[in-house]
Amino acid sequence: MGKNIRLLQGNEACVEGALLAGVRFFGGYPITPSTEIAEGLARRLPLVDGTFVQMEDEIGSLAAVIGASVAGVKAMTATSGPGFSLMQEHIGYAYMAEAPCVVIDVQRGGPSTGLPTKVSQSDIMQAAYGTHGDYRAIVLSASSCEECLLYTIKAVNLSEKYRTPVVLLTDEVIGHMREKVEIPDPEELEIVDRVKPEVPPEWYKHFEITPTFISPMASFGDGYRFNITGLTHDEMGFPTAKPVQIKAKLDKLRKKIERNKEDICEIKTTYMDDEPHVVVLSTGIVSRAANQAVKMARQKRMKVGAIQLVTVWPFPDELIMQYMKSCRHLIVAELNQGQILKEIERYIDKRHTKIESLQRYDSELITPQDILQKVREVK
Amino acid sequence: MSKNKNHQAQSDRYEIRLSGSGGQGLILAGVMLAEAMGVEDGKNVVQTQSYGPEARGGASRADVVVSSDTIYYPKPMGLDLLLALTQEACDTYFSALRENGILIIDSDLVHQPPTPDCYSFPFTMLAKNEIGHVMVANVISLGAIVEITRLASKDSIKTVVKSRAPVGTEEKNLKALELGFKIAKEKMKSTRTAAV
Repeated sequence: MGKNIRLLQGNEACVEGALLAGVRFFGGYPITPSTEIAEGLARRLPLVDGTFVQMEDEIGSLAAVIGASVAGVKAMTATSGPGFSLMQEHIGYAYMAEAPCVVIDVQRGGPSTGLPTKVSQSDIMQAAYGTHGDYRAIVLSASSCEECLLYTIKAVNLSEKYRTPVVLLTDEVIGHMREKVEIPDPEELEIVDRVKPEVPPEWYKHFEITPTFISPMASFGDGYRFNITGLTHDEMGFPTAKPVQIKAKLDKLRKKIERNKEDICEIKTTYMDDEPHVVVLSTGIVSRAANQAVKMARQKRMKVGAIQLVTVWPFPDELIMQYMKSCRHLIVAELNQGQILKEIERYIDKRHTKIESLQRYDSELITPQDILQKVREVK
Repeated sequence: MSKNKNHQAQSDRYEIRLSGSGGQGLILAGVMLAEAMGVEDGKNVVQTQSYGPEARGGASRADVVVSSDTIYYPKPMGLDLLLALTQEACDTYFSALRENGILIIDSDLVHQPPTPDCYSFPFTMLAKNEIGHVMVANVISLGAIVEITRLASKDSIKTVVKSRAPVGTEEKNLKALELGFKIAKEKMKSTRTAAV
């Protein structure tokens, strides 16, 4: 059988990815430029016995998603800046209640209602620090329509594996542009389902502190007794005021992410094999311009490489730092006022590697020419 | 961690802009062209568009980048082909056309072409008089583009126009496509004769 290749928008590719990953519930509220995800799933979910609910707002949307998740269904929502702000409260709730779910944020210009139809990457910090309390985020970022499909699957897999909310960042350009996307054969995909309890109901603890810090998860209706709350709780899920239990819970939440950084973190590299002295660091749509610029620079015999962040949070510092031994100039290119820049600065030895920043927040893309010019400046 | 290797030194990247005003069906034409070259003919394609309030009523455009190589930057960095169905679009985007780029205009709607060196067809008038529906001007121009550039095979563009045309309008759209092939073929023949 031939490959199933289709011309899809990034948002449509997210729909295909979600269905392949096993998502069967979407609760959402339409917002430009993410609406095609909701539209697609509204059409497709009923055909696979799934549920689509248009909620009253984004707060309700994520609440419904968490409810579906706790009832045993893979669940997600999609939004953009203003809606993502409203969802922050329940991202914290899902994290605390360890309810797997996925939020796709198709970024547009902000702050506030900002630029509904224009591209931006200004939610990078919000995706990690938007909710209150000590929160360890898992955030992925897609740079093509193909990656929209693959990373939606990856986001659902990671959320199920680690029982935590996972955010996928895309943007207005990727959401609306069309590219060829290969729809993978479901048989060949690795799909992760949450671990179910094997103990009898009377031994079951919904938030059991296991050696891996990941607790098996029963669903409502399975016959296991547990409580769900946003209050800091014990292993049964009931609110606790005991310092020992409080610390144990917060350590569990942190460690299940921190200790698995190697599994969660991914970067992609272009022309990084010959230890280039100039490296362009970017994520999402900007990586497309970076790769183009690096290719053009190589044709002019300039030794430049590019690193694309696939995982934005937890920040893949170890993966990046292996390339920094030979790097003298690191150009951080992003569609915001320096959000990745501030994070990478924590890790770089500035006596060895000079950091240059290239930012655009005028609603236009960073072009390959913008990057080439910066490369020439530092060379 | 994956690595991108296998870069070709020379790229056959070709950048196209279909421009006019909202309602002329340029986005659909862009999607059809991208699908024919990408899904049917197996090349790499990216289709982008102007989006938002400015795309309604005012200037509208669909961009298509095609290459047998990996397409990194998704938007045109210059234009190899510009279709302009309004004077405003022609004036706005002509400066982005490369030196040997091809300009195709609607002769009734672009009264002042920026250069005599262009292909000029009465797409909208032909749509109304020959096919009986002004809406198919986009597909006639698609036929002309394919005939002139051979960017997509004729069979591919036919397949796509048939499948993407609104239900019940397939025949009209295929007729429009053939008309586009025909007028472009005649024009190229007469240009060649004139050159001799």
